[in-house]
Amino acid sequence: MLERQNNLKALFYLAPAMVLLSVFTFYPLFNAFFLAFLRDYEFLLRSAKGFTLFGNFKNVITDPDFGIAMKNTSIITFISVPISVIIALLISVALNSVKKLQGAFQTIFFLPYVTNAIAIGMAFAFIFHADYGLLNTILGWFGINPINWVGLNASWSNAMFALLVYTIWGGLAFKIMVFLSGLQSIDKQYYDAARVDATPRRRVLTKITIPLLSPMIFYITVTSFIGAFKAYRTIIGMFGETLRPPGTLSKDSLITIVGLVYDALAHADATGKMSEAAAASIILFSITMIFTLVQMQISKRRVHF
Amino acid sequence: MQNTIRETRIRTILFKVLVYTFLVGFAIFVLIPFYWMVLTSLKSFQQVRTEVPPSLIIGLKDIRFLENYASAWNAAPYYQYMLRTVAVAAISTTGTIFTTIFAAFAFARLNFKGRDFLFLALISTMMIPGEMFVITNYITVSNLGWYSPLGQTQTEAFLALTMPFMTSVFYLFFLRQAFKQIPDELYLAAKVDGTSDWKYLWKIMVPIASPTIITIVILNAMGTWSAYIWPKLVATEYPLVTNGLREAYQDFFGMVNYSQQMAAALIVTLPLLIVFMFLKKYIMRGVSRSGIKG
Repeated sequence: MLERQNNLKALFYLAPAMVLLSVFTFYPLFNAFFLAFLRDYEFLLRSAKGFTLFGNFKNVITDPDFGIAMKNTSIITFISVPISVIIALLISVALNSVKKLQGAFQTIFFLPYVTNAIAIGMAFAFIFHADYGLLNTILGWFGINPINWVGLNASWSNAMFALLVYTIWGGLAFKIMVFLSGLQSIDKQYYDAARVDATPRRRVLTKITIPLLSPMIFYITVTSFIGAFKAYRTIIGMFGETLRPPGTLSKDSLITIVGLVYDALAHADATGKMSEAAAASIILFSITMIFTLVQMQISKRRVHF
Repeated sequence: MQNTIRETRIRTILFKVLVYTFLVGFAIFVLIPFYWMVLTSLKSFQQVRTEVPPSLIIGLKDIRFLENYASAWNAAPYYQYMLRTVAVAAISTTGTIFTTIFAAFAFARLNFKGRDFLFLALISTMMIPGEMFVITNYITVSNLGWYSPLGQTQTEAFLALTMPFMTSVFYLFFLRQAFKQIPDELYLAAKVDGTSDWKYLWKIMVPIASPTIITIVILNAMGTWSAYIWPKLVATEYPLVTNGLREAYQDFFGMVNYSQQMAAALIVTLPLLIVFMFLKKYIMRGVSRSGIKG
């Protein structure tokens, strides 16, 4: 129940947030589209030579980095997300089934969420160090020779593997938290009924827990796809601003779509670069939008039990 | 009969062992980067550089705590970076809290023209990648004279670092949910007593929603602490702590000093861990809720 309309009072309460959002959120949104269609925009002079429909998009897409970025971003997204969703699901189911030490485990699993992506990226880079790293030390116990994961001239696939491990590590915390709270809200009656029927544990998991959790699993998977598609800080953490192991060529770069945006922005003074940054960000937006629309469609129709 | 009971008991115990092994295994996986960071930060430069493979533990007498941490602390002006980061976090968090409290109150409690449409428009912006805003915000901040590659004053740097972050659609949404849960009866009772909206907001709603507000304060401050991209773009001469991390930790011959680098990483990570340990409840609740509501 609300009181009657009072536009003036509402305006008073809304003004501070709305002014800030207009300047730093709404206007940038429209301006990104405006910039992306300017021809030869000179940022220093704030002037352009008219408009171009696809010019800036073409510049972005025909750049060899674009293909590399698309490949890297897709691999990061479609490999790390399913793996971390499955691991997070198993961990939260396991965590939900134990009583002792549950709180302690929960705290440990949540730690990656509150840490600094750059600092932990540096730690991971050192874990993967060829000579002084932990991973090669452990592999050495099994007679495996040191592998050059992220060092000088490291191969793209090795560097990508290291990045994926870090990405999965970083993605677990949030998913575990959400799944765990989802599990705790499942009605206990289902499990009591299963116990009365002496249903095996595996069937309880596949016939009760996972179906009841399915809307949440789906939601988390799609939002994680979107999040992973915006990967950037993890790569800076592990590889620095060059976004690739030292000594490697740009074709072996681990650059992502967000990396393209910031690369273009870093050269904003050059002709047309600001527009290319805007075009790249619109491409990123379109891709994440597809994920969002798919999610909206499916969660409208299916998944509910 | 006796046998089957024993059998199920054994199976239950085996299952428990399996579950705990699984959990311990992944707990170790999660903790390894922290352990490696701490361990390396305690070793001497020599030890890190000469031991192949590296030792996985460290003897008490080999610990070079002061050496590494003091040099990491001095390698970049961390003291300045931290003070600046804390100041930026304090300003933007205070701003965010006030603007979102006001706006959330309007959306949760007041009736005005176009309310639902406006709220929907705000929520929709959450789907848009931040990079899209960053480009124009960089231009805006330059146009306002807060940033120029030629140089900026400390005040200009602070304006550039804080003004775009004085409000947040996500926290506004989050707070509105908390305000919505307060029963209408309370509001009606306050109205009967002649309490003004302003007083009702500060005396009733804010105290009731204070756990949510605390969560917002913590998450927002932690976000500033880990900010990297924006400060690097618009405050080149006034970096925040996380920017300091990527400064070179190299010795005279260009060799990376890993112990120093890891010490620096730990210096930046530790405050986050301490805040987490003390305010775990608020952070975890905020996160699991944000996941459910979306």
